[in-house]
Amino acid sequence: MKKVLLKNIENPDSALLTEYMRVGGYKNLKSAVKEMTPRDIIDDVKESGLRGRGGAGFPTGMKWQFASMDPKFPKYLVCNADEGEPGTFKDRPILEKNPHLLIEGMVIAAYALQCSRGYIYLRGEYPQAKVILESAIDEAYKKGFLGDDILKRHFKFNLSVYQGAGAYICGEETALIESLEGRRGQPRIKPPFPVNAGLWGRPTIVNNVETFANIPLIIEIGPKSYAAIGNTACPGPKLFSVSGCVKRPGVYELPMGTTLKEIVYEHCGGLVDGRTLKGIIPGGLSTPILTPDKIDCAMDFVNLPKAGSQLGSGAVMVFDDSVCLVKVYERAMKFFEHESCGKCTPCREGTGWMRNILGRIECGRATAEDVDTLIDVANNISGATFCPLGDGAAGVVLAFVNNYRDEIDYHIKYKKCC
Amino acid sequence: MENNNVKTIRDFIEREKKSYASIESTVIPALHEAEGVYGWISPEAIEDISNYTGVSKAKIKGTATFYAMYKNKPMGRHLIQLCTNVVCMVMGSESLLSLLNERYELEPGGMTSDGRFSLVIMECIGACGTAPAMLVDADYYDNLNEKNIFEILDKYQ
Repeated sequence: MKKVLLKNIENPDSALLTEYMRVGGYKNLKSAVKEMTPRDIIDDVKESGLRGRGGAGFPTGMKWQFASMDPKFPKYLVCNADEGEPGTFKDRPILEKNPHLLIEGMVIAAYALQCSRGYIYLRGEYPQAKVILESAIDEAYKKGFLGDDILKRHFKFNLSVYQGAGAYICGEETALIESLEGRRGQPRIKPPFPVNAGLWGRPTIVNNVETFANIPLIIEIGPKSYAAIGNTACPGPKLFSVSGCVKRPGVYELPMGTTLKEIVYEHCGGLVDGRTLKGIIPGGLSTPILTPDKIDCAMDFVNLPKAGSQLGSGAVMVFDDSVCLVKVYERAMKFFEHESCGKCTPCREGTGWMRNILGRIECGRATAEDVDTLIDVANNISGATFCPLGDGAAGVVLAFVNNYRDEIDYHIKYKKCC
Repeated sequence: MENNNVKTIRDFIEREKKSYASIESTVIPALHEAEGVYGWISPEAIEDISNYTGVSKAKIKGTATFYAMYKNKPMGRHLIQLCTNVVCMVMGSESLLSLLNERYELEPGGMTSDGRFSLVIMECIGACGTAPAMLVDADYYDNLNEKNIFEILDKYQ
């Protein structure tokens, strides 16, 4: 498949506007603004079947339609570039090597949604991306792709980067909005949804970096051709960031619905020689781990749930038989405990309890009853929190206990790793 | 007469506030700016931001301490931010931590006695494909091992 999201990134100057335009950049913005009405674009995005690439997989066209139906103005457009899900590094190549693709996607979205102001909420951990994005935004202003009279069509859109400061929870859209308003990033209760009452109470469309990066392609090839890429229920190109025990980790652009097996064994060269596969987390740390027998599963929003996990951000983390999964989940829980915003008691306290119990299992001080307590704590977090952070933490522990009970029991009985 | 630090922060907030519907939005960017000016989020930094945004000092401190990357205490000349999340851990970041401890007597959250380095543990810096990874100040380093980590750190005096 021809690369779209990662197009031209082998070119060391790919982040420059001239290089982006040399490979057809901003051509789709021009045709969108000159030949299409905002309504046409929203209809095309709906028809394309594009689903949000941040993790939840909500249909983008539907989100856009909800926002466009709200009569309140101004409306705000926000790019979620708070790529914090452990294992995920797929937005980084777009931000650092293809920033104009993101900007072009955002300007088309702004035109369709009649937003005059946009923000890219960038995680604090990407200082280089900030420099690159700001320079790309400057270039786009100078060329008339941003500003008060874009392409001389009396259409106005101003864009700037807002840098976070290290908080995983700000990837959740309402926490992100709180943070953009200058406060602690604690999620808001929904409804109201941001499309009706988001930033400063105004309709706000929050989309992931990769989602915006898909928009120019939909304009270019049309919704029907787009819908023919990958899985028909959730089509399009998808970035998979693969890490852990494979020969060639990295970011791969493949059609949605590519199997885990193809990703791990063909694109990433398989495991290190002599090792066997122990488990795969398919969509970032907050998605449930899969056992090796699920390797034929297609990576998309439809098939992974059937196999007991989720696509999440498409961050594939591969573990071979040299890795102690109890230790992995102890560390994972330390992460969720650290990143819990503290608003909901089940998440704030429960993640710490789970970390504690997993730590006891790992260092050989646990009893069989501890596993029951672990399951009990996880069940009491599920469904009892404002946002998905707590649910995610509980869900991955339950999947781990269900799928790897033998390994846990071995730790308890022999007080060491298998 | 107001000093230069105060002026820098005031001018920054004046400039930034045009980008937002509410001046409170400048708090997070101003905390980044103040950290550059004062070296950390000092009581003076919080006071300056409060004076020019009208947001209470308590609220600003609450915001500053919520986010992991703000320096809420004075730190060394260079900040090592080593990722120890799952993939970096599997790929060996724990042994790097012990080495940093052996070489510099540096613990997570601590500072070397000569004030050269501070060390902070990070929660995934988006370099899992080239793990283990760290940021030193604003510079990215990945594919770290027991040898190259010191070659890199030698550049930071």
